[in-house]
Amino acid sequence: MRIIPASDSSLLVVFGNTISPALNQRVIALFRAIQSRRDPRIRNLHPAYASLLIDFDPLRMTHDELTAIVQQLGIDVSVTVEKTAEVVTIPVCYDAEFGPDLGDVARHGGLSAEEVIRLHSAPTYLVYFLGFSPGFVYLGGLPEVLHTPRLATPRPSIAGGSVGIAGSQTGVYPVDSPGGWNLIGRTPWRMFDPEGTPPTRLQPGDCMKFAPIDRDTFDKLHGGAESRLA
Amino acid sequence: MTIRVAKPGFFTTVQDLGRYGYAHLGISPAGAADSLSFRIANLLVGNEGNAPALEMTLLGATLEFEASAVVAITGANCEGRVGQERVPGNAAFEVPAGAVLQCGSTITGARSYLAVQGGLDVPLVMGSASTFAAARFGGFQGRRLQKGDVLPVRKHDALHVRALRPGAVDRLYGKGPLRVTKGAQQDWFSPDAFEKLCSITYVVSEQSDRTGLRLKGEAMQPRERAELLTDGIPLGAIQVPQDGQPIILFVDQQTTGGYPKIANVIAVDMHRVGQLRPRDEVRFAEVSIADAVQALREQAEWMRTIFIY
Repeated sequence: MRIIPASDSSLLVVFGNTISPALNQRVIALFRAIQSRRDPRIRNLHPAYASLLIDFDPLRMTHDELTAIVQQLGIDVSVTVEKTAEVVTIPVCYDAEFGPDLGDVARHGGLSAEEVIRLHSAPTYLVYFLGFSPGFVYLGGLPEVLHTPRLATPRPSIAGGSVGIAGSQTGVYPVDSPGGWNLIGRTPWRMFDPEGTPPTRLQPGDCMKFAPIDRDTFDKLHGGAESRLA
Repeated sequence: MTIRVAKPGFFTTVQDLGRYGYAHLGISPAGAADSLSFRIANLLVGNEGNAPALEMTLLGATLEFEASAVVAITGANCEGRVGQERVPGNAAFEVPAGAVLQCGSTITGARSYLAVQGGLDVPLVMGSASTFAAARFGGFQGRRLQKGDVLPVRKHDALHVRALRPGAVDRLYGKGPLRVTKGAQQDWFSPDAFEKLCSITYVVSEQSDRTGLRLKGEAMQPRERAELLTDGIPLGAIQVPQDGQPIILFVDQQTTGGYPKIANVIAVDMHRVGQLRPRDEVRFAEVSIADAVQALREQAEWMRTIFIY
């Protein structure tokens, strides 16, 4: 564990420089430990693959005080890694209308469309962290045969709920946005709702799965009580 | 009491001092780009510093007041007028019922703040009135103001207005370089890169907004190390993409990113970043974290001395 002052108001705790569930579990453990302290001097926490950025009020706390808190908690994190019991299941319709690039992902991996759907909905993914934009999840666990380079030309507009693959990553676009991921399906559920408590369906450290649904089920779920967060 | 938007200006949003505690869900703080002038505007009309108020960018708004209201305009001078009459800057004044307050273009500085006694009445989203326009939530319907919008003002008792000491805000923005501390990945760059960053005169690019200020100048040497693993981005981080042109990440920034950060603008100078205009020149100078925190402490103390009453 390395602790670096990232600015006059923040501290970066770095556990390593690789993407691995083991490193990320330490990030999540520290994130949760600090979050549960509800320390009003700490303003924001930015967990990532293998680091945690802690933003704090430097008029009420010094870098040294925060470092001491982290080091004290760090002893616990290296021995106990909290497991998330619950697996969040996200329904996904993999129909061609929602997954225009599913054929390309299949060709790239030498697979049939059915195999892509089966392989994509088989693993339990780890939510390494949320970042980039509200509700955007960075997931670990995409089977290697599904790894597909991102599009050469990004699309100007992608519907919120679209499920995609880019390189070794898979994820869901939480809101309408431009993007270069290969689209393979769409969830009828909202992933981000500013009025929701919490406003995102997934939290850092959650485990999640994709469950294939047909078009009728998509239409039934879309806009239904379960699809909303608020 | 309501205010009707006759002309929205270039980019006018409702802000407060930001939305904290949600970065782990990918949600940046947003909030006033120049938090000092924002607070001063609110304090002048008797509000708390965090009351929802307008941030106007480069070209101000034209607003019709349904009832009389006490308002204050701070930050960049936008030459506000009621009818033919110029209104004072950095002071509370009354707009009569039915009058039109017209704000013009800023000559120096990028953002003006307009606070109304009582504060604007917008729903709080995650505890904040700040507009996060890129994600379309917060403030007034999650977006910049448009012609015809009607902004309600919170019901309130009469509040005591305040006045600034003469000249109190004359040196609010300073002329010197923006002060920076070394960034978390400063050692990813060549040994002289940080020194070089502090020697180049940059120009603010037109492609700058509340997410970040893109700077143009002599390119930094591309680093030779592998890609950085995505990590958290502090407010004011200066990241350097492969084209060597630095970007100052700002209030609507991404919460995480994959570019190494060479330096970080210190908290006490962030309000100056909020007043940078396209084509303004920017230089950087290094300070220690201890000096940065000391300067922030002095600024907080200074804020307590600027009002006569």
